Amino acid sequence: MTRKIQVLKDITSANDAIAAQNQELLGKHHILALNVMSSPGAGKTSLILNTIARLRSKLSIAVIEGDIASKVDADKIGKEGIPVVQINTGGGCSLEATMVSSALPRLPLEKTDVLFIENVGNLVCPATFALGEHKKLVIASIPEGDDKPTKYPIMFAEADVVVVNKLDLLPYVDFDLVHFRKVVKGLNPDVQIFEVSCKTGEGLDAWCSWLANEVGSR
Amino acid sequence: MHELAITQSILDIALKEAHAAGATKITRVNVVIGELSGAVADCVQFYFDFLTKDSAAEGAMLNFKMVPTVLKCRGCSTEFSPQDTAWACPNCQSTSVEVLAGRDCFVESIEVEG
Repeated sequence: MTRKIQVLKDITSANDAIAAQNQELLGKHHILALNVMSSPGAGKTSLILNTIARLRSKLSIAVIEGDIASKVDADKIGKEGIPVVQINTGGGCSLEATMVSSALPRLPLEKTDVLFIENVGNLVCPATFALGEHKKLVIASIPEGDDKPTKYPIMFAEADVVVVNKLDLLPYVDFDLVHFRKVVKGLNPDVQIFEVSCKTGEGLDAWCSWLANEVGSR
Repeated sequence: MHELAITQSILDIALKEAHAAGATKITRVNVVIGELSGAVADCVQFYFDFLTKDSAAEGAMLNFKMVPTVLKCRGCSTEFSPQDTAWACPNCQSTSVEVLAGRDCFVESIEVEG
């Protein structure tokens, strides 16, 4: 006899449960955690390094680096004397909550104000997996073109903050900032948008003061 | 691209529910996949056949119910399914839209024996 059992369980439910535990642990230590997402090469590590340079005297920053392979990014962060844990997903296209939960005990949580969790470079899969973050930060960069929010709407609809990087390349690339802003705000009316250049430093003060303010309000 | 993780999760949920119900064999798993969920049914099927080997779900049918994207215009409240990636309201052409449906990805039910 075959019988039917109603389940109605979300496929990400196991991941979400671990993400909730991560968030609780981070909350206990009053840490603001950001899930940093973008295409490969948009400037996730550059933005983190530039933020460290500007805010390290005021805030204690820690970083989890997610990559398919290598510890190139963790080495760059570690050189700055910032606590960092590298996670290699071994082919996996996104960090998942369980990877973050095993990285957290390796960081000095009691001394941390801000945790950057740098996800695998990818505008699709990371939108599916909550990690325990408080804010989703999506970086878009000028050379990628202004159509990314149209092509990857969920990523931009989910973001709390969008940082447009490589503003110094705007004179050389057909990137319509007004159009970009309009599409992003259409998908996500409450999102904060910052325009920066990690190369020249333009716009980074505004981004950093927003971040410091977020930490202060926790 | 993350279908292996998704498929493992589908299987974990199905095995747990079957076990809780005292069933020994799963014959069918009914999954709802939204168009925007990022899950590709063919890939899930491929991994499912591989992952279920030697489990209570070996040989089970995997049935997908696809849910199309439904958007709602924030300007004029028109609800529509986009025909392309532009996501513009067919009534007022606004691109200020919210997603009403298409993001879901869940195990709806399982069919078991024993």
